[in-house]
This record gives sequence, structure tokens and C-alpha cells, in this order.
Amino acid sequence: MFETSTLNARNQQVQRLVRILFLMMTLFLIVPVLIILGTLVVKGSSVISIDFLFTSPTEGMTAGGIFPALLGTVFLVAVDLVIAIPIGISAAIYLSEYAGNNWLTRVINLAIINLAGVPSIVHALFGLGAFVLFFGFGTSILAASLTLAIMTLPLVIVASKESMQAVPQAFREASWNMGATRWQTIRRVVLPNAIPGILTGLILEISRTAGETAPIMFTGAVFFTPFLPQGIFDQTMAMPLHLFVVATQVPGVPEDLPYGVALMLIALVLFMNALSIAFRAWLRGKKKW
Amino acid sequence: MGNGVLTETGSGGDFDRRNTDWYMDKVVQALIFIGGISAIIFVAGIFVFITKEGLGFILDRFDFMEFFTSEYWYPAEEEDPEYGILAMIAGTASVTVLAMLVAIPFSLGTAIYIAEFATGKTRETLKILVELLAAIPSVVWGFIGLSIMNPLIIDVFDVPVGLNVLNAGIILGLMAAPIMTSIAEDALKAVPDRYREAAEAMGATRWQVIQKTVLPAARNGLLGAVLLGVGRAFGETMAVLMATGHSINIPGSVFDSVRALPATIAAELGETAVGSEHYQALFTLGIFLFMVTFVINLSADLIVRDTAKK
Amino acid sequence: MVAGMQPPANEPGAQVEAANIKLAVRDLSISYGRDTALGNVSLEIREHEIFGIIGPANAGKTSFLKSLNRMDMFNSDMHVKGEVLFNGLNIRKLRNIYALRSRIGVVFPLPVGLPMTIYDNVALAPRLSGMKNKADLDVIVERCLTRAALWDEVKDRLNSLGSLLSGGQQQRLTIARALSQEPELLMLDEFSIAVDPVTTMRIEDVLKELKAEMTIILVTNLVQQARRLADRTAFFLAGECVEIGETEDLFTDKVKDQRTNDYIEGRFG
Repeated sequence: MFETSTLNARNQQVQRLVRILFLMMTLFLIVPVLIILGTLVVKGSSVISIDFLFTSPTEGMTAGGIFPALLGTVFLVAVDLVIAIPIGISAAIYLSEYAGNNWLTRVINLAIINLAGVPSIVHALFGLGAFVLFFGFGTSILAASLTLAIMTLPLVIVASKESMQAVPQAFREASWNMGATRWQTIRRVVLPNAIPGILTGLILEISRTAGETAPIMFTGAVFFTPFLPQGIFDQTMAMPLHLFVVATQVPGVPEDLPYGVALMLIALVLFMNALSIAFRAWLRGKKKW
Repeated sequence: MGNGVLTETGSGGDFDRRNTDWYMDKVVQALIFIGGISAIIFVAGIFVFITKEGLGFILDRFDFMEFFTSEYWYPAEEEDPEYGILAMIAGTASVTVLAMLVAIPFSLGTAIYIAEFATGKTRETLKILVELLAAIPSVVWGFIGLSIMNPLIIDVFDVPVGLNVLNAGIILGLMAAPIMTSIAEDALKAVPDRYREAAEAMGATRWQVIQKTVLPAARNGLLGAVLLGVGRAFGETMAVLMATGHSINIPGSVFDSVRALPATIAAELGETAVGSEHYQALFTLGIFLFMVTFVINLSADLIVRDTAKK
Repeated sequence: MVAGMQPPANEPGAQVEAANIKLAVRDLSISYGRDTALGNVSLEIREHEIFGIIGPANAGKTSFLKSLNRMDMFNSDMHVKGEVLFNGLNIRKLRNIYALRSRIGVVFPLPVGLPMTIYDNVALAPRLSGMKNKADLDVIVERCLTRAALWDEVKDRLNSLGSLLSGGQQQRLTIARALSQEPELLMLDEFSIAVDPVTTMRIEDVLKELKAEMTIILVTNLVQQARRLADRTAFFLAGECVEIGETEDLFTDKVKDQRTNDYIEGRFG
């Protein structure tokens, strides 16, 4: 009796120690990053102003704002979405609604994993070889957005597929029983209930696309251009590349300027991410069945 | 009789007629199928196009021994360019290994804490934080390495240069850890609760349950998480480019500057002429990267799928 | 249904009597993998009759219904052999299977309110067949909900979600949806499982009226329900169609097989 209780007490102590150990590991992972982000905010916020957001870089990019880069990123993301949405969602519909449990489905899933796992610089090489040179789009928003869309496609596919698979099979069967075709069932029963989940994935897609640097370096984004993009065949500046440029390529940049660019970029990306998380939480509270 | 609206399209037995909806269904099915196999097309396309651009080098100049055993990468020499990637492999490997030394214990530890210890609000908050950390763009990490870690390393270790293996390793570790944490947490959560309940019913403490039951059951999923982290670190471009110092070197210590394979492509491609030997050599590097990550991802997938089956 | 408009059957040796046979089943066998759910069933269902199917669980009743509108297409495990003629047409050889399903209304025991408004639930089938006019849809929605004994409870909240109704209400919504197809054949599978006795009675009365408009197959585990409604009744047991006969005969000891009697008398099942 006595022995058991000391053993229990020891176990309890080990338990508590282990718990604290794991908590420490968690904090070691998270806290330094939060401190780093805090530094970015402190140093960067002094740079950011309305002027900074809405003017072009001046004096060999050592002064002025980030407007062309901001606008370019908006362009890149917009064209990316136009490409990624139809391809990604139809791939998701295929996997969720048509694909059988066979070798083709396994190959598709493997391809998706690889698309996500191939280094971004390899995507850049592909974009250069395929879109810039072979298809003759030149270094342009179109070529860069195509490269980005293909690289981030797995995100759209996986998020859309999961939200479609969350629609119970009984709903599809009820619709088929009434004589609906597969497509009618998808359009009237599956998609309307999957759209919120798909949107969550698309917001993440925006966040991811906005932050990618390597894929656009040789396909459409340039270090500096005095012109704002007018169409999809123009080159453009972009936020992530602009950060790389002011941080490494331009001599004589004031110390705080890159912090401002980094802060804006991270604010943009994290805002979209937080939006997606909040949207997801809101959806969870809003059960439809 | 009684079939007012719906039988206007046909009566009696002639309802069996293909209509617009029937054809629409077939057309959409074909389009969706194309979308479905798009990922295969793109992966194949990546391989075809980078091979197409790199093929000239592979056929005319490529020398297996030189490529993999020479540490000299002088592609821009007029007279006698040399294409050895050994130093870059060493650079990538050293940074990846250090990154994993940072990321594996901390991400697995965090995953265990979130999945097995944390509850309620704490758990939700930690999960959201991890997700947000995973979203920080790689160029921002590179900037952090360059402007925050660099002076810090110089100060703390009293070394002349802070852009080195240590810097890039820590940056990459912090960068890969959140993703590894998410995947590892999924793997832990996939272990059915009845395993835990059974062990706890026998009087085991939480930690014993984790050690003896949960970790072995989630082993493959955790290994998959680690492999994906390795793939991520191996292929990372911008952060490594900015934090390693980007000088060709087989590192003797963590304070040496190195250069990584993906970063080399990013740094040099802009200076080459399309179709030149140097340009083709960089695409050959790309083929090498593609194949290595393909193998890593394939094994990660096979390992994780193996768990899913059980 | 106008019987005289029977087209030439798509089978050699089409039966002459097809005129008042709505559904003919010949040697129908259903299996899931290696397990046989139903073996060698042959029967004919006449127009405008209520055809009851009784039998204990796992008799193959639900599988039988699923094979009639070819839902086996969506279940790669389910294998169907044999012939089913609907209006004399072999349903395996139809060129537009969706048209067949739109003619057959089904109500399965687990109610499924689709996650759309109550109105949209009932308007779905008409819309699928191309109907857009709001006034026409209004008429159908009200009529079908009334017949399914649900109108009074939901008429003031037609815009709330059908999937959030109570189980019994969802069951009646499912019935209303099946009726909105204005089917030639209505198949009900233990519809009263989630519905209270009073409502069950109301729906039973409606079914008696509907007989004038359509053919009804009523699968039920309530022997008395079959007796109240069915013109003829089949007894399924463990994948076998043991007996088919006029309902009254089954209940008045004119059974051919002792097992039928045992079941009806409540000695098993």
C-alpha cells in the first residue's frame, strides 16, 4: 500500500516534469519567432505611412515607397486566382466525386504531393522554360502567375477536396434518386455546401502566392521598373522580390527601409491567413446539418 | 395522368431519350477529368521542360565524376569552366542537417504538447500560432537571417561573419518546424483514443501512455513529417540564399559560409544567356533537385500511407 | 400513365400483357462482393397497385429497391444480375438512366433533408427537369408538402433549412420531395420508422389516394401496415422471395409456405 502510493507520487512528479519539458519546447519554438516578429514591427512601423504605401521608390530605390510592388503583387495574385480556381476546383471535384480507388487516383495524389514538394526554384526553372520561352509569353505577369498557380495548386485542390468530401454521401444519393445527373448533383447539392470551405482554401492560396519569391524571379517580376503594369504581358515589381532587392541588392538603403517592406509583406500574408482561420472558425459554429 | 409538369418532355415509354442534361453531364465529366489529371500533366511538364532546357549540357558537357566529386563551380570561366557541385551539396547538406537538429526535437515536442497535453483554449491558440508561423514567407525568413540573426551571431560568438551554416540552419529549422509540427500533430491525433484509454485503464501515466503507446503507433506519420521537413529544408531557396553567405565552401565548422544548390540557381540564372552552357548547367542542377525531392516526397508518402492502411 | 402508349419493347419476345404491368422483374439476384443479398427473384407489379413487401431485417428488401432505379451504379460493391423491365423497357439498356430515376420516387428509412431551404428541397426535382416559373413551383411545393402531412408545420418557415428539421419532419420532407417528382412509381422503404402513429395514418390515407396516380411499392416491417394498404404482398426472407399473393390471402391462412405464416403470426423476425 505504502509502496504503491510513493510510486504514484513519483509518477505524478515525472508526469509534471514531462509536461513542463514539452511546454518549454513549445515555447522555445514559438517565443523567439514572436520576438523576431516584434522586432520587425518595431523597426518597420516607423517606415510605414500612407506615402510609403502609395508612392514609387525613388533615388535608386533608397527612398520612396512600395506602391508598384504592392500593385504588382495584387496583379500576380489576381491572375493566379483566375488560373488556379478552375483547375484546382475541377481537380478537387474529380478526386472527391468521380475518382475510384484505383491506380490513377494514386498517381494523381502522388503528383499533387510532388507539385507541393518540388523546390520553388525548380518551379521557377519550369516557368522560364515553359511559359516565358516555349509558349512565348516573355517575362510577364501571365508567365509568373501561371508558375505561381501551378506551384500553389495543391493548396486549392486539397482544401476544396476536403470540403466536398465533408458533404455526406446521403445528400448525393438523395439527389441521384430524384434523377439528377452527377453534374446536377455536384452543382446543386455538393458545391453550395462546399463553397465556404473552398473559400477558406482560396484565402490561404492568396496568402501563399503573395509571399513567393523564387518562382517569379525569372518569369515576370523585375527588380525595378518605372512603369506600373498595364496588362498581363507586362513585367512587374512584386513585394517579396522587392524585399529581397532592397535587403541585398541595393547599396545605401537606410537601415529601416527593408524592415518596412518586410513588415508590409508579412502583414499582408498573415492578415490573409488570420482571415482564413477566422472564417473557418465561424463556419464551424454554423452547422447546416 | 397525374404527370402534369414533368412528363411534358415525353409520355409513355419514350422518356428514355438523351436530353441536354445528359449531354451536359458527359461534357462536364470530360472537363473535370482533364482538371483531375492536371497535376500529373504539370509534374510531367516540369520534368519535360527543365530537361529540355538542360539537355544540351547533359549530352555535351556533363561529366558525372566532375559534377558530383569536384568542389569547384566556375561556370563563368571563359577558358575552362568547371561544374562541380560537391561543395554545394556539402553546403545544402550541412544547413539541412543543422535545420533538422533544430526542427525535429522542437517540432515533435510541440506536436506532443499540443496533441497530448494542451487542452481547450491553449490548444486552439497554439495551433493557430503554429499555422501562422508556417505562413511566414521564405524571403522574410531570409531577411531575418540577414538583418537580425547576422549581427546576433557576430556578437554572441565573436565571429567575423554571421551569415553561415549556423544562421541558415536556425532560420531553416524555425521555418520548417511549424509545418512539421502540424503534420506530426495530425499523426498523433490519428492514434485512436481507445489506445490511450486502454493504457490509462491499466494505471499508466500520461507520459507512459505517450511513450509506450502513442509514439509507436504514430511512428510512421512522425517519420513522414520529418521527411517532409527534410524535403522542405533541402529545396528552400530564398532564405538560404540570404542567410548562408553564399560562398562556395566545404564547411569546416558551423561558422563557415556556404552555398546551397537551390540558391545557386536563384543567384546565377539571371546573369546567364538563354541556351548558354552555364544556363543549361543550372537547369541540370534543377533536374538533380527535382529528382532528389521527388524521391524524398515519394518515400514520405509511402511511409505515411503505410500508417493510414493500418 | 397511359398504358396504350407502350412503345415496342426493346427485348425480343416482349410480353403481350405488358400493358398493365408496370414493372417486371426476372431472375433478379443482388450480391455485395461474395455475399448474396437477394437471389433469383421474379415478380410483376401492376399499374396502380400498392405492392407490399414484408420481411425481417436483411431479407434483401432495400437492396431490391436500390436495384430498381439502378443505384447500384454508384456502389461498385453491389452487383445485380437478371432483368428488370420498367414500362416494358429493360432498365439495364436505357440510354438515359436519369430519366428513369426521375420517374421513380424513393423514400428510404433514414430521412434525408437536403441542406437547402424546405422550399428548395421540394422544388429541386421540378427544377432539375427545367421548371423555372415561381408560381408553378409554389403550387407543387404546397401540394407535395400538404400530401406529406408537413405543410401546416412548415408553411411559415419555408426558408429554413430542411436538414435541420426533426427526424419525423425530415422523413415527411423526403416523402414530399419524392412526390414532387410526380413519379410513375413510388417506392417507400419503412417510411413510418421516424414518424409518429397519427402522422403515419395521415400518410397512409394519402397513399391510398395516390394509388390512382401512380404505382406504389411499400416495403414495411409492420405487417399490419401492409395489410391496411397493399393490394398484393410479397414476403422476403434472407434473400429469398418466399411468397407473393393477394394481401388478404396471406392474412387469411391461404399461404403456400409455412414460413410466411410464421412471420405474419409474429413467430420470428
